[in-house]
Amino acid sequence: MTGMTGILQTKRNQLIALAVLGVLLAVLPFVAGAFGQAWVRILNMTLLYVMLALGLNVVVGVAGLLDLGYVAFYAVGAYTWSLLASAHFDLHYPFWVLLPLGAFLAALAGLLLGTPVLKLRGDYLAIVTLGFGEIVRILMNNFDKVGLPWSDKSYNLTNGPRGITGIDGLNFFGFKISNGLEIFGLQITSLQLYYFVFLAFAILSVIGVSRLQHSRIGRAWQALREDEIAAKAMGINTRNVKLAAFAFGALTGGLAGGLFASMQGFVSPESFGLLESIMILAMVVLGGMGHIPGVILGAVLLSAMPEVIRYAADENMQEKLFGMVLVAPEVLRNLIFSLAMILIMLFKPAGLWPSPEKK
Amino acid sequence: MDVLLQQIVNGLVVGSVYALVALGYTMVYGILQLINFAHGEIVMIGGLTSLFAAKGLLAMGAPPLLALLVAILAAMIVCAIVGVVIERVAYRPLRNAPRLAPLITAIGVSILLQQLAILVFGRNYFSFPELISKAPIVIGPITVTLNEIVILLTSFGLMAGLLWLVHNTKVGTAMRATAENQKVAGLMGIDINKIIAITFAIGSGLGAVAGVMVASNYGQAHYYMGFMLGLKAFTAAVMGGIGNLWGAMVGGLILGLVENVGLIFVRGDYKDIFAFVVLVLVLIFRPQGLVGERVAERA
Repeated sequence: MTGMTGILQTKRNQLIALAVLGVLLAVLPFVAGAFGQAWVRILNMTLLYVMLALGLNVVVGVAGLLDLGYVAFYAVGAYTWSLLASAHFDLHYPFWVLLPLGAFLAALAGLLLGTPVLKLRGDYLAIVTLGFGEIVRILMNNFDKVGLPWSDKSYNLTNGPRGITGIDGLNFFGFKISNGLEIFGLQITSLQLYYFVFLAFAILSVIGVSRLQHSRIGRAWQALREDEIAAKAMGINTRNVKLAAFAFGALTGGLAGGLFASMQGFVSPESFGLLESIMILAMVVLGGMGHIPGVILGAVLLSAMPEVIRYAADENMQEKLFGMVLVAPEVLRNLIFSLAMILIMLFKPAGLWPSPEKK
Repeated sequence: MDVLLQQIVNGLVVGSVYALVALGYTMVYGILQLINFAHGEIVMIGGLTSLFAAKGLLAMGAPPLLALLVAILAAMIVCAIVGVVIERVAYRPLRNAPRLAPLITAIGVSILLQQLAILVFGRNYFSFPELISKAPIVIGPITVTLNEIVILLTSFGLMAGLLWLVHNTKVGTAMRATAENQKVAGLMGIDINKIIAITFAIGSGLGAVAGVMVASNYGQAHYYMGFMLGLKAFTAAVMGGIGNLWGAMVGGLILGLVENVGLIFVRGDYKDIFAFVVLVLVLIFRPQGLVGERVAERA
């Protein structure tokens, strides 16, 4: 790694590296598209996970507040989009209303969660956030028949476990992304267009998070993480700083949620379980808490790895190798996945790419 | 009123199982400050092991009571071994690592155990043989089964046994010393690694019994049964004040009671919400848990 940072010392080399990265990212969806659109979808989900991991990293990695219910904010964003841009209520608001609204509502939910738990520390905080995430999921599951105590009439708000279908895709002032695009004879599928939209948002999140991390409030978060009492003594308003961390993390999650709903066209509570929160947390920790490149690496690894293993471990491959199907592919995938999680932590407890500063 | 009494009895039965599982979480937390996410899976392994052991013994013509006792013993031994191995392999190397590292390995172990359970046992729902009569017994306004009575008595017996062990034996003293301060305990000649292994073995053994209870009470077991149960039990442990044995027991019983009494007022779909809402309320007013001591803030 020292060699790489050595090369990146000069301004010129940095620019070249950036340009190479840019070209790679631009070509990637077309390379993936050659293997099938399913791979483009995996790329898109990876970008969403990058956003989610960056958002959670602000809460867990930078501010040191262990949040096990992060997926709730993702859900708030996704359901905001789904309810206000689908056939469910026959509402079709445009993206420039829904994305900010979803992010805002998610941030509000972040404050809602943050306020009562301000006094809690460490693992107590973890379990309450976990409970919060479960509460949101159960509400989504049961709000298909919301009744008021004084009347027998019930309302179908979220369509319960069946989820919401027929969600509008992204629609840029009349140009529908779902139709795909053809420029100079180059066919760009709708999933590939989504890729570029998501990429833009992911880059925006990277810039936003890194700017924030090196700002006044970012330093306050780090002070909070290192020693809350000392931070207080230095005149940091720990209450506001904590709430800001929750709100900002939630905002990123809400944004990703809206994007997810627009691409998927279908959301159900199943996508927002505890396991999802845990996965995002694992991305942050495995990659390297508080270190943006590490977190991105963690998100890419953990979201792409299961898919690659799924491809590598399917029945055909096993039959070629062993002459029979030894283990169900899904079981094998989860086995390898969980073993990888354990081994990475055992050999690299600070994450794969931890921040260079010495603790 | 009759409904209330009935739900209190049901709540006590469920709560005593929560308490047993919560003890496993709280014992490990007390010593290592680690949320042992895999503990729910230990309970699952206990349930499945006992189920297959009992079925096998019944098929060989063993009397139900003997089958049950051997099944419980088998489950306890298997779970204790699994618990100790997990600690040795996945947690011990990380004892001085950043705090979240062992949490992630714990989550990894949890997924791993589920997959191994699928490989070993399969992914079906297996039905648990009726080893203790489940015929309803009517006592005044309430109905219980012999199975439920045995569950209640066994778990209270085990809890009393654990308290005695921790407070009145040499091993228990060593456990408390290790929880208080590992370094000093080590200087006093206590073999820390051995004590931690014993803690895992005991916690896992209790979890195994809880697994047998759940499997026998609901009449089935499958590879995913530990997840929600573990989550609830952990909630109970935190609610009572994590790291505190009394807290785990009180928290477990209260959680069971709240859930079941709450069913009178709220639709069953919201049962799981109830547990978490109560948890949030308790922690807002008593951030250290119901029984937990107020610890001075320290860096």
